[in-house]
Amino acid sequence: MQIQVNGEQREVPEGTTVRALVEQFNMKPEKVAIELNRRLVKSDRYDAPLKEGDQIEIVTFVGGGS
Amino acid sequence: MSIDRYHRQTLLPQIGTQGQERLRAASIVLIGCGALGTVIADQLVRAGIGKVRIVDRDIVELTNLQRQVLFTEADARDEIPKAIAAWKRLGAINSDVAIEPVVADVHAGNVEEIVGGASLVMDGTDNAQTRYLLNDACVKHSIPWVYGACVGVEGRTMLVRPGVTPCLRCIFPEPPAAGELPTCDTVGVLASAANIVASLQVVAAMKFLVGESSDSLITLNAWSAQIRSIDLTDARRADCPTCEARQFDFLDRPANHLVSLCGRNAVQVQPSSKRAASDSSLLAERLSSAGDVQTTPYFLRCTLRESAPLRLTIFPDGRTIVHGTNDPTRARAIYDRYIGS
Repeated sequence: MQIQVNGEQREVPEGTTVRALVEQFNMKPEKVAIELNRRLVKSDRYDAPLKEGDQIEIVTFVGGGS
Repeated sequence: MSIDRYHRQTLLPQIGTQGQERLRAASIVLIGCGALGTVIADQLVRAGIGKVRIVDRDIVELTNLQRQVLFTEADARDEIPKAIAAWKRLGAINSDVAIEPVVADVHAGNVEEIVGGASLVMDGTDNAQTRYLLNDACVKHSIPWVYGACVGVEGRTMLVRPGVTPCLRCIFPEPPAAGELPTCDTVGVLASAANIVASLQVVAAMKFLVGESSDSLITLNAWSAQIRSIDLTDARRADCPTCEARQFDFLDRPANHLVSLCGRNAVQVQPSSKRAASDSSLLAERLSSAGDVQTTPYFLRCTLRESAPLRLTIFPDGRTIVHGTNDPTRARAIYDRYIGS
């Protein structure tokens, strides 16, 4: 199925979860924030399957500022 | 005090004279006075916040001037601590505001005292550890704080209202490991990006102070001119260790006494106990046998004769920067030998 990740179209297998998607990018779900269709996803929803056309943004932590 | 100077601000329906009074009644603690912090301090002081405490551990350097808006070449040449330089500059801009400069490193042992009594805390820090520590202290004492961060051309900001909106650990449960993230010292920072993030932080602060809140996580890419606002309604985590379980892991962790200052070839050493301020003239006398000692109103500097090119900068609270090494063990040994543990 087609979904959008960080603004780009991607083909992922049916049943792909938020957690699996984040791990595909070599990131730990505990260290990023996930936005799904403009709402923040709580971590207890990370194992729910994504749907066709979902828009996902993986938001990394930024630590600089000096 | 004449309110006329705030005329262009009180004209705004979002603020008005009532909002201006609320800004005046506020007491803000700003942690970190660098790329973000100088812009935050500048805007808060011009806006007429009642009290602003500016906390920073560093001294102005020439490479700061590309983005840190309050400092001058003279501040860098004279090695003025950033909190002092900011206080002097801002005092000349708005003498209505009570500005309190604090030259100190913020750690688990002093953070609660530093943020105590604030209506709001602003994040102008430069590292993840201090932000998680601020989150702990602010949640524990129910003080709202505005997270803001910037590196390269990207930034993030979010207002945390403890018990009401998600805290930093609700959003990013696990802090990055040391060295895991790029920093301004390793990948650089676009001054414009830092200015935008800091401005968004100040907007969040002013909205909160006048009684209006927007609960969102804002992400910025300044280069591609993209700002996204992520709705945080209902985003608090039921299993958040900080704001739900009230377990303050970062406050409870013993302070790290040795911090390697990234990209600076220097190590900061914290004394294990508080040094009395009266020690400094004795210390200067003692150090004069080991090297050339220079005394300023803000610190004592010693260029060591036998361990050239090492230099020590010793602040009144005993905190010391050992310049000329990245090795914490060597820095500790030097500290113990010349200053004492």
